[in-house]
Amino acid sequence: MRKNLNVIAAYSIMMVLIILVGIFQSWNIALSIFNMCLISAVMTMGANIQWGYAGLINFGIMGYTALGGLAAVLISVDPVQEAWRAGGFDILMCLWLIIVMVLAIRFILKNFEKSKLRTYGIAAIIVTGIVIIRITAEPGIEAIEAVNPAKTGFLGGFGLPIIFSWIVGAFFAAGLAFIVGKVALGLRADYLAIATLLISEIVIAIIKHEDWLTRGVKNVIGLKRPAPYEVDLQTTDWFINLVEKFNSGKLALISNIEDRQAALNQLVIEGSSVFVKLCYSGLFLVVVIVLLILTQKALYSPWGRMMRAIRDNEEAANAMGKNVVQQHLFIFILGSAIVGIAGAMLVTQDGLFTPGSYRPMRYTFLIWVMVIVGGSGNNFGAILGGFAVWFLWIEAAPIALFLINLFTAGIADTHALKVHLIESVPYFRYLTMGLGLLLIMRYRPKGILPEKIEIK
Amino acid sequence: MDILNSIILLLNYIFIPALSYGSQLALGAIFVTLIYGILRFANFATGDMMSFGTMVTILFTWYLQSLGFSLGVLPTALVAIPFAIMFMVAYMLFIDKFVFSYYRVNKSPPVQLAMVSIGVMFVTQAIVRIIIGPADQRFFDGQKFIIKAREFKEMTGLNEGLAIKSTQVLTIFVTIVLVSLLFWFLNKTKTGKSMKAYSDNEDLALLSGIDPKRIVMITWIIAGILATIGGVLYGLDKSFKPFTYFNNMLPIFAAAIVGGIGNPFGAFLGGYVIAFSEIFLTYAYKKFFSYILPESMEPESLVQLLSTDYKFAVSFSILVIVLLYRPSGIFKGKVL
Repeated sequence: MRKNLNVIAAYSIMMVLIILVGIFQSWNIALSIFNMCLISAVMTMGANIQWGYAGLINFGIMGYTALGGLAAVLISVDPVQEAWRAGGFDILMCLWLIIVMVLAIRFILKNFEKSKLRTYGIAAIIVTGIVIIRITAEPGIEAIEAVNPAKTGFLGGFGLPIIFSWIVGAFFAAGLAFIVGKVALGLRADYLAIATLLISEIVIAIIKHEDWLTRGVKNVIGLKRPAPYEVDLQTTDWFINLVEKFNSGKLALISNIEDRQAALNQLVIEGSSVFVKLCYSGLFLVVVIVLLILTQKALYSPWGRMMRAIRDNEEAANAMGKNVVQQHLFIFILGSAIVGIAGAMLVTQDGLFTPGSYRPMRYTFLIWVMVIVGGSGNNFGAILGGFAVWFLWIEAAPIALFLINLFTAGIADTHALKVHLIESVPYFRYLTMGLGLLLIMRYRPKGILPEKIEIK
Repeated sequence: MDILNSIILLLNYIFIPALSYGSQLALGAIFVTLIYGILRFANFATGDMMSFGTMVTILFTWYLQSLGFSLGVLPTALVAIPFAIMFMVAYMLFIDKFVFSYYRVNKSPPVQLAMVSIGVMFVTQAIVRIIIGPADQRFFDGQKFIIKAREFKEMTGLNEGLAIKSTQVLTIFVTIVLVSLLFWFLNKTKTGKSMKAYSDNEDLALLSGIDPKRIVMITWIIAGILATIGGVLYGLDKSFKPFTYFNNMLPIFAAAIVGGIGNPFGAFLGGYVIAFSEIFLTYAYKKFFSYILPESMEPESLVQLLSTDYKFAVSFSILVIVLLYRPSGIFKGKVL
């Protein structure tokens, strides 16, 4: 108990802060912050597995998040039959061609000695392959994108419940991580960072511009939800009764029946959105707890000890017969898969997929701030980092506004400086993040909750 | 005649834009490579430092314009640049003193410095957005074109026009002057040589009496000059927007690594490699072929290898290929 005092204290402070937001701002805001904190926590756990357990830098978190989101679209949207009829055949042909291409390259890699000729041969196969695929795909893609472009214009998905996409998203991200890992894991740390960052940009470029698959920047909206809809709740009897029971004290004070009905309606509308958010919180909480148990178990297992050994001294671990390259690839895939889950959760919560919104600032660097601030190598630290940093990211603007008003109280409201400062309030969140990261890196380089390995 | 037309077409749409874009990237890439070679970390704040320098230039330009100052055909920003460089260098030295030097003295691993530079990136981005806002700013004044497409057509009687923007010429000219000065400084002066020595082997350089503090300071001064001028040239040619500057960090990194990180000449050429390949691969050659091929063979499609949406993806793919087959870059930089 005593040992874990700082963990308990840190989490209690976090909870109190969120509850304070609930009391002073609104429960709606508090819950949406809480949900996003949970999603961020899943992302940080993924990054923490790679960085904290194995010392691998992955600046491609944005790419895996987006792939998770893509999985949510492909799983939950109903298939667009017309588009499949128009161009499905061409797309399937291309899929075959890609598989044939990959198999051919594998065949060459296996059966020929490494030489210049082999490299040129592979390059030739890739180039001709891309040209052939483009020629095959073009009519299909045009046909698909022409099908009712304002509403569909893409192939659609499988029409399954969106929850499944959390697993599929993990597999998508794992697939990408396998390729990236094969290509880039041999690089030194800062090159790996740059390479993963750029590869994630390529992934985003593809998602943004392959409209037949993702609708691109036209966005996919109105995804099916795992939680009830507010509008349905507002007309359901049990829910209205529940709200009435919950607020009976408040409602009893209003004597006029019409006023009471109006107040109840207002409460039902507010309550429905709180209820929906609570449903999401429950779902996300389950994911976070399951992942926490699994990662904690892994950390203290022989495998976890091996990973730390590899992280702290690669050569020694190699000399002890551990396959460093393979383990690095494995943990890279594992961490990215967790980020993929988070990406799918994010799209599930928002109910829409907007490829244009995936930006490295928000989905890569912010997650890294969370990992560093929370404490790398410590799962509780990673989750706390996700919570604390997301909380600050949202609340920085109101806090900045308060401070600006406090410090410029003597200046007239129409003064140019004050107006300008108040206009630029949203950007104070970058300042908070940067200063927070710099201070933590300087004075507490291991994070708020540092890595603590107990030898049992 | 058709041959001439096709050459002018390529000049107008590929060669000149790629040359000026490449110059802007090259300046940034030399900045990255210098920091990497001498201070030994990948500076993720590159794009935002460039936007900081440009922002100061814009503020000075506005001030000068409000005084009624003008250079006639040339943009007023040219006068503002020296002031901006002073600001920029001061800002960089300030950051180095309070942020980077602590880790350098403690000999922290490069990854930690890279993380710290992310903190600097956040702060710089915040400062720029708080001061000038996230919106597009145009600060170009003076004469826009040296040759207009229509005038060129009338002058030569060709079908294709050649438009040369004054900012393009300015960019290429300034880059050539600046880069030649820099290479002269690095290769011929004593300070430049000692910088190279420090980059090659820190301990050996210390033994031979090279003052590391001075080297670091000079590196930041050169970096400040490059960042400001590179940023301003990009802003004059296109426009200034903090977000685009942040994004430009990515092709700049690609250029530095493709050229061989730590090697300034490699970074210089890397900028052009990236710019030319981006534009070559995404240009639609239909018109070009319609000039050089007989009418019967004219292509129906756009003859475009990749759609322009994949402009960035091209440079990043080149980077991945280089990392795979020649990790030290085209010109041998620091071995990974």
